[in-house]
Amino acid sequence: MLAILRRELSAYFNSAIGYIVMAVFYFFSGMYFYLYCLYYGSSNLTPVFSNMFMIILFLIPIITMKSFSEEKRQKTDQALLTAPVSLFEVVMGKFLSAFILYACCVAIFIVYAIVISFFTTPQWAVILCTILGMLLLGGSLIAIDIFISALTESQVIAAIISIAAGLFIYMIDSLANITQSTFLTGILSKVSFNNNFMNFTYGILNLSNFVFFVSVIAIFVFLTIRVFEKKRWS
Amino acid sequence: MVEVKNLTKCYGDIKAVDDISFTAQSGEVLGFLGPNGAGKSTTMNIITGYLSSTSGTVSVDGSEILENPKETKSKIGYLPEIPPLYPDMTVKSYLEFMFDIKKVKLPKDEHIKEVMAIVKISDVQDRIIKNLSKGYKQRVGFAQALLGNPPVLILDEPTVGLDPKQIIEIRNLIKGLGKKHTVIFSSHVLSEVSAICDRIVVISNGKIVADAKTNELSTVLSGKGQLLLEVEGTPSSVSNAINEVYGVKKVTQTGTNLYAVDYDNTVDIRKGVFKALANADCAILEMRSGGMTLEESFLQLTSQNQRAKGGNR
Repeated sequence: MLAILRRELSAYFNSAIGYIVMAVFYFFSGMYFYLYCLYYGSSNLTPVFSNMFMIILFLIPIITMKSFSEEKRQKTDQALLTAPVSLFEVVMGKFLSAFILYACCVAIFIVYAIVISFFTTPQWAVILCTILGMLLLGGSLIAIDIFISALTESQVIAAIISIAAGLFIYMIDSLANITQSTFLTGILSKVSFNNNFMNFTYGILNLSNFVFFVSVIAIFVFLTIRVFEKKRWS
Repeated sequence: MVEVKNLTKCYGDIKAVDDISFTAQSGEVLGFLGPNGAGKSTTMNIITGYLSSTSGTVSVDGSEILENPKETKSKIGYLPEIPPLYPDMTVKSYLEFMFDIKKVKLPKDEHIKEVMAIVKISDVQDRIIKNLSKGYKQRVGFAQALLGNPPVLILDEPTVGLDPKQIIEIRNLIKGLGKKHTVIFSSHVLSEVSAICDRIVVISNGKIVADAKTNELSTVLSGKGQLLLEVEGTPSSVSNAINEVYGVKKVTQTGTNLYAVDYDNTVDIRKGVFKALANADCAILEMRSGGMTLEESFLQLTSQNQRAKGGNR
């Protein structure tokens, strides 16, 4: 697993992808940080985080789009699947490498918190809690998008479907609001990524939110493994 | 040693591989021969654990790929039809990666150096794979398969797309490797297989149609021996004389003084025919073997099978 993780990370950072993703993330987060915090003289980072949701909906598919589709197209999956490693190790290697790149992006918020600390005492608990939420949210999207990437040989298709899936996830809230049936609304607001994420931005570390994101990651890692199992057996 | 037993693979209704069994002994180079689309790659993918079989078993040195996938996979070095290379990596870093995921327990730097020397890619070790020529890419694929000195090597059409000089180099390489490893290697070029292999398995439309030592393949494929003769003498006395020889099955006259003799290919009838005709006072003007060449019998065999399959539909 470590070997795959290392190779994937070097693929991100030996090419432009890793740096471009980080640059775009830093650019937009910096913009929002200036708009919502520095301009108004506010120490509240919450609006910055919630706006970044939209940005990562587009960035994460770019990170993950080639994780398996490119392997399939180049036939390098034959090397991975005939090597004495388990599918779990392969998928986790892919997942963790994308997650580490994403974590490098999110780490910039610590810098913003330090900037705030020059003016006033930042709410460290809230900020760290939100960073944790941001990591879990991104991790779930990475797991979903890696699953999508395993379904196709084309990076473009993987990226488009991943972005569509992300936007749909983003819209679950609005759907929950317009649904007439209280039962459906209840379900939709429970599976809403936004709802589950928002608690973190208020500094509330709720176990159910935590479990929600971790289980999304686990389910999609499992499904990705199944995709390859199925391919072998069909 | 690789043992394949009753292997079948279906894609929907189509049987890509149909109940095949063969064994490759240790230290043997086994040629896997068949026309395009015969099921060679599918079989190799099943042996290496990339695909699963619909039924049947594969065991490598006694361990089965389904029961013991990790252990079995670590015993196999596999070079697929398209070498599994990451185009953006350098040759050396690629081999280091493959070394790691194969969990090889040998001194890393030394072993990679050794393997690179065997396939002669030491001079390109720092180049990026996508910039290499096809021949070098193939050799990097080879190097990858050799990592960890696996007892079994599976090579899927390793010489396709190479220039003649490279083909000869790769062939010599395979021959050399056959001394230490069990090698199964596929090709649709008969001359190549017969030049390198100790034993040949011919597969056509997913079925094994011949499995024999290279030098016996011709007789096995044709199934009978034939001797063509030109003899001076009356037809009746000639055929009577030949018919008395042990092993002769049938004598037919094919023209003036021309005879074709079918015989049981387990005995050599030439001496007997010579003596019998000499006793009958008939002079042999010419005697040659009428058995088909390897190429001819291979073509006949594979096309027969194709026709039979077409008839079933």
